[in-house]
Amino acid sequence: MSLLEVVDLEAGYGDVLIVRGASIHVEPGEIVTIIGPNGAGKSTLLKAAFGLIDIASGTVRFKEQDVTRMPAHRLVEMGAAFVPQTDNVFPRLSIRENLEMGAFRRKGGTTERIEELLGRFPDLGSRPGEQAGRLSGGQRQTLAMCRALMLDPSLLLVDEPTAALSPAARQDLFRQIQSIRDSGVAILMVEQNAREALEISDRGYVLVNGAVALEDRAEAMLTNEDIGRMFLGRSEVTG
Amino acid sequence: MLEAIMGLAMSLGDPTFLVTFQGAVNWSVGFLTTVAIFAIVVLGLNVQWGYTGILNFGVVAFFMVGAYTSALLTLGPATGFNAYILGLDLPVLVGWLGAALAGALLALLVGLPTLRLRLDFLAIATIGIAEILRTFARSGNGLVNRNEGLNGIPGFLAGTVDRGDYKWLLLAIALASLLLVYLLVRAATESPWGRVLRAIRDNEATAQAAGKRTTVYRLQAFVLGGAIMGFAGALYAHRIGAISPPGFTDLFGTFLPYTMLIVGGAGNHRGVILGSLVVGFFWFGTPLVQESLPDAIGTNVFVWRQFFVGLLVVMFILWLPKGLIAEEARVSRFLPRVAGGPSLRARITGRFRAE
Amino acid sequence: MDFVQLIIIGIVVGSVVGLGAMGLTLTFGILKFANFAHGDMMTLGMFTAFAVLGVVRGPTLEPFSIPAGLILAVLVAGSAVALLAASLDRLIYRRLRRRGSALITMAIASLGIAIMTRAVVQLIWGPLPKRYSGGINPSWSIGELRVKPDQLLIVGLTLVLAVVLYLLLYRTKLGKAMRATADNAQLADVAGIDTERIRQATWAIAGFLIAAAGVMFALQAQLRYDAGFEFLLPMFAAVILGGIGNPWGALAGGLIVGISQETSTYWIPSGFKAGIPFVLLIAMLIARPRGLFGSTF
Ligand SMILES: Nc1ncnc2c1ncn2[C@@H]1O[C@H](COP(=O)(O)OP(=O)(O)OP(=O)(O)O)[C@@H](O)[C@H]1O
Ligand SMILES: [Mg+2]
Repeated sequence: MSLLEVVDLEAGYGDVLIVRGASIHVEPGEIVTIIGPNGAGKSTLLKAAFGLIDIASGTVRFKEQDVTRMPAHRLVEMGAAFVPQTDNVFPRLSIRENLEMGAFRRKGGTTERIEELLGRFPDLGSRPGEQAGRLSGGQRQTLAMCRALMLDPSLLLVDEPTAALSPAARQDLFRQIQSIRDSGVAILMVEQNAREALEISDRGYVLVNGAVALEDRAEAMLTNEDIGRMFLGRSEVTG
Repeated sequence: MLEAIMGLAMSLGDPTFLVTFQGAVNWSVGFLTTVAIFAIVVLGLNVQWGYTGILNFGVVAFFMVGAYTSALLTLGPATGFNAYILGLDLPVLVGWLGAALAGALLALLVGLPTLRLRLDFLAIATIGIAEILRTFARSGNGLVNRNEGLNGIPGFLAGTVDRGDYKWLLLAIALASLLLVYLLVRAATESPWGRVLRAIRDNEATAQAAGKRTTVYRLQAFVLGGAIMGFAGALYAHRIGAISPPGFTDLFGTFLPYTMLIVGGAGNHRGVILGSLVVGFFWFGTPLVQESLPDAIGTNVFVWRQFFVGLLVVMFILWLPKGLIAEEARVSRFLPRVAGGPSLRARITGRFRAE
Repeated sequence: MDFVQLIIIGIVVGSVVGLGAMGLTLTFGILKFANFAHGDMMTLGMFTAFAVLGVVRGPTLEPFSIPAGLILAVLVAGSAVALLAASLDRLIYRRLRRRGSALITMAIASLGIAIMTRAVVQLIWGPLPKRYSGGINPSWSIGELRVKPDQLLIVGLTLVLAVVLYLLLYRTKLGKAMRATADNAQLADVAGIDTERIRQATWAIAGFLIAAAGVMFALQAQLRYDAGFEFLLPMFAAVILGGIGNPWGALAGGLIVGISQETSTYWIPSGFKAGIPFVLLIAMLIARPRGLFGSTF
């Protein structure tokens, strides 16, 4: 049983169709990475799956239930979470308040969960009152991810978490993602740093022009000549 | 406000005369003259809101400035208890020109600080202008004769025909002016300049990316619209002959034109002229049927029509956002739409442009 | 009049403007459009309270000139306007949002609602001015200065409501979610906040505040069907002075507007003081459109 299943999705902005018939799926406990050129529609695909933009046709199923066009807050209730590519924290709220917002749907235990996450990520834990707008890029990503984890989701969608990070911070973040997966959360991630992302992934998709051009196991993708040339940097292609 | 309504009701002829043929003719002539003047205002508004997306909530201020300017230029010097500035005794046509200039100047003054900012800042800044101008007109000693207002404003070509026939001449003047303004705004909005305006309205970022200085274009459109409204104010002043501050209410001078624009279909000149006629008929026609309405409504007929005009605007925005005659869908020659497959919105909703 | 006395009057007027502006800035910050019906909601609030006073009056609460029933009247008027504002959102603005209408279209719709509201007030209460009480409110003298207890009440209630609003926005889940929605509505959706409910709550709070401002205004002046509309520009000036979405800024902005408007009569004829908020607004838009305090809240 797939945790998330997107079938023949068509979606876009205003007058323009961006995602044109993409189909992907995520199994429980997997890390799945979507790579593709700029403007391919990767972010749009995630947003549409999460009910944030107009869907023209196709279906989205989560935990066997049709969630096409369902408002995002309902998906959150069902156990999905999303970390957008940009603007993914509330800049004028404190770190603690950002986390509280992640638990808006939670009835009790919010404080405990916040303490737990702040303990796990000392970068944030040392100053919970700080305004999120003042944090560094890496800290923001961590905060955004923690916010998404507040409700113990079973699926986490992450859009280019390492886009603005230094190599060291990137390493940290990929380690965090692995540890999140190890705690039982399936992850669907869009990444530009394809090699590092695929190295921690189970499977991958290549999205081109709004449609899936290729789908394979991550190891296979890492050794695929075409992918190597286009997304992993030619010189880095290893046998 | 009451005075304005009474004034208009009177200028439109006593409703009871309607039972006679002559009465009906009189009313219709007056009505059409008024509608033509309103249609000119609405055309000015169409340049601003319909074509450029500038939300001007102070239309009546431009109208009022035009009316006062033309009156002050064409009246003789103040005598007796009257006290006002100017009184230059100039020809009426010069007054009209001055009115248009005054409207343009006011637009420049308001537009310069606000148009480079968020669009709603202009709406906020303009909503209060009329009230302020009215207050100034009322309180300024020796400025524009305070609450007495300006009386005896000369009619255009008034001496050339019989008193009884003058109404026909007035109608002809109003219609000719309307035609003139219509041709002017059509030429302007069909020109490359007009296409840039629409591009700015529909997608400011794209227009900017194409190298258009959007603020300058917006300011030009706002000034043109202001000049047209000022001119309409002058026509109005010379037509009714007497103006005073309470006559220029926001309801009558700003909201009514907006209703006409929205009902007719913003961005379409013929549509908004039709809107002026339809809404004008409702507005100015209601007093005629007052007698035959149930008492509960009849005694408050002016308030009820105010309510319905508000309701009309909300309903059109909700259910007929493009108005009676929708703007033609046009693709700008200068700013091609972003390429990228079929129109999603069109597929979902069957509509072409988000209003 | 003595300059300091003018400042006192300015603080009273400014409190009313600030109270209304706090609600206006909340809707502006969260709904993102300028609500032109805010002034007429103020009118509706003051008249609703008038209607309640017609039923429940009670004894005059010394040293104020107000009858005891006014406490109930404020609550009823506040709740009524809150309910109306939230319902209008459901009926009108939510439809427009779902359709992806431009924010400026919502501003026009709000002007339509303003016109309708003003008509309703005239239909129910007629065109003639009204008063809450016929009694006069004798002033207290502090040296040369004179202050009416009613005026202290106005300023006091404004401060109390400002504190309550602060606690709401910073100490409650709802308030934090309102700030989050103002910050980034899409992210709020993503986080699982039902932003539609937040918007309704915002309307309700703004409605309550503006109704209270209406009642406070009417303690000092006659109730007229266009009284609230005349407050619209001063309130907008206060909102922009304080920074859109910033309630404390709006309160401070309201005081600045009120004080400058009243003290201006020291130098210029009082007929021209209505122009002061406009001048402040334009000056602010030229000098610092983000507002004096920015839109942080
Ligand atoms: N809010 C929006 N409104 C209109 N068009 C948009 C919007 N966001 C993105 N687009 C357009 O949609 C297309 C795909 O964007 P999307 O962000 O999905 O690409 P992406 O694959 O995530 O690219 P990147 O690697 O740059 O993040 C682009 O052409 C972009 O210009
Ligand atoms: Mg992207």
